[in-house]
Amino acid sequence: MSNESTNTPKHDAIEQMARELARDCYQCGKCSAGCPVGERMDVVPNRLIRLIQLGHMAKAAAAGAIWECVSCQTCTARCPQNVDCAAIMDALREFSVLRGTASPEQNRTVIFQRAFLDNIRRYGRLNEVELIGRFKTKAFLNDLSIPMLFKDALLGPQMIRRGKFHLRGEKVRDRDVVTRIFEKCNQ
Amino acid sequence: MNIGYYPGCALHGSSNDYEQSVRACLGALGVNLCELDDWICCGATAAHSLNHKLAVALPARSLAIAERDGYDDLLAPCPMCSAQLIKARTALARDRALREEIAATVELPLEGRTEVLNLIQIFQRIGLERLKSRATRSLNEFKPACYYGCLLVRPPQALRFDDCEHPTSMETLLSELGAAPVEWNFKTECCGAGLTMCNERTVLDLSHKIISNAAAHGANCIVVACPMCHVNLDMKQADIERHYGIRHAMKVYYLSDLVGMALGLHENELGVNRHFVSTP
Repeated sequence: MSNESTNTPKHDAIEQMARELARDCYQCGKCSAGCPVGERMDVVPNRLIRLIQLGHMAKAAAAGAIWECVSCQTCTARCPQNVDCAAIMDALREFSVLRGTASPEQNRTVIFQRAFLDNIRRYGRLNEVELIGRFKTKAFLNDLSIPMLFKDALLGPQMIRRGKFHLRGEKVRDRDVVTRIFEKCNQ
Repeated sequence: MNIGYYPGCALHGSSNDYEQSVRACLGALGVNLCELDDWICCGATAAHSLNHKLAVALPARSLAIAERDGYDDLLAPCPMCSAQLIKARTALARDRALREEIAATVELPLEGRTEVLNLIQIFQRIGLERLKSRATRSLNEFKPACYYGCLLVRPPQALRFDDCEHPTSMETLLSELGAAPVEWNFKTECCGAGLTMCNERTVLDLSHKIISNAAAHGANCIVVACPMCHVNLDMKQADIERHYGIRHAMKVYYLSDLVGMALGLHENELGVNRHFVSTP
């Protein structure tokens, strides 16, 4: 366990999971060599794994790299030690979000994914129009980027013309069970 | 042939052209899709990135519904959905304590019996011989780059489908129907997937490399079996062209589009007229 005083039992559980996942890594570097976004990463995957092995979970989770990861699973597929590197990246993101350590730019991804899950919690299925609205509003309040706010604005009419927008969105009948699943999983 | 069907959010949302294509194509082959009652979202990247419990529980709820309603097989044409469903099923199969915990969470009994299939597997199940015998038109004008992306084949530990580094199932299928798939290098590279909205730079870069490599190897179209790959390669292609100052004009078909055309369906019946990159 890292001796960070801000850690809650939830942090400790995720760190424990990450250390378990990282245990067999012998630093061959194949994960980093095959990573399609390795060149954009400040700390490449094998180094993140080493940090976890050495007990520096918080340091690893503060790396911008974890928000560059595209979850393509190439690292996991190629690991000679069967280390689920993609699951380690997930654990680092979960840890980072609990800590609130993402930078404003990385935070865009966090905002998007949070808005996505919030949408599912309420409806059971994705309402794309609402997701885009929420993401754009919250991302704008986060970084005040005007280009980001209007990016893809021209796509809207083209999508409507192609019948690709579901304006009302779908809802499942048993939304209460979805809410309860979220509550249990957030404990 | 009746089969359980898990459309997922994309096919009921902005990728409804993919659903149109899958329904038209499989309908022509006599496959009846029985949509899973009150299915819920698989949670996609958001769930596995932010909450590892939800990443199992959300797909497990739909798996439990499929089991309750007696489906042995469940078609999930979106690889994000199918991978999440299969990963949940795999995790549940090897851990009885987890299975009991998740069954309590999703409020349905759950054994993990239902098998989850991707679109290619449905065609394999129908059989190449039967497909060929139903074909009314040769696909000989198509030189597709068959693009698998990530989640049809990875992680192989859970998915156990085709060769994860050099898959050939789409090539085999389309060759039988007269097409001439090209050999190329990017068939399992990532397009950037769900980062389209929040990290566009990465998506444009990765998708540009994929389209460029397909073109360099003589492909006259790219074939996908994934709604997100289609969004990034087709819908975002104009942005890619603007960003890199290059004209690709590379058509991107769903696998069911080409199979459907071989069966004699018109492009418009398959929703091809709703794609962004149009025939030059």
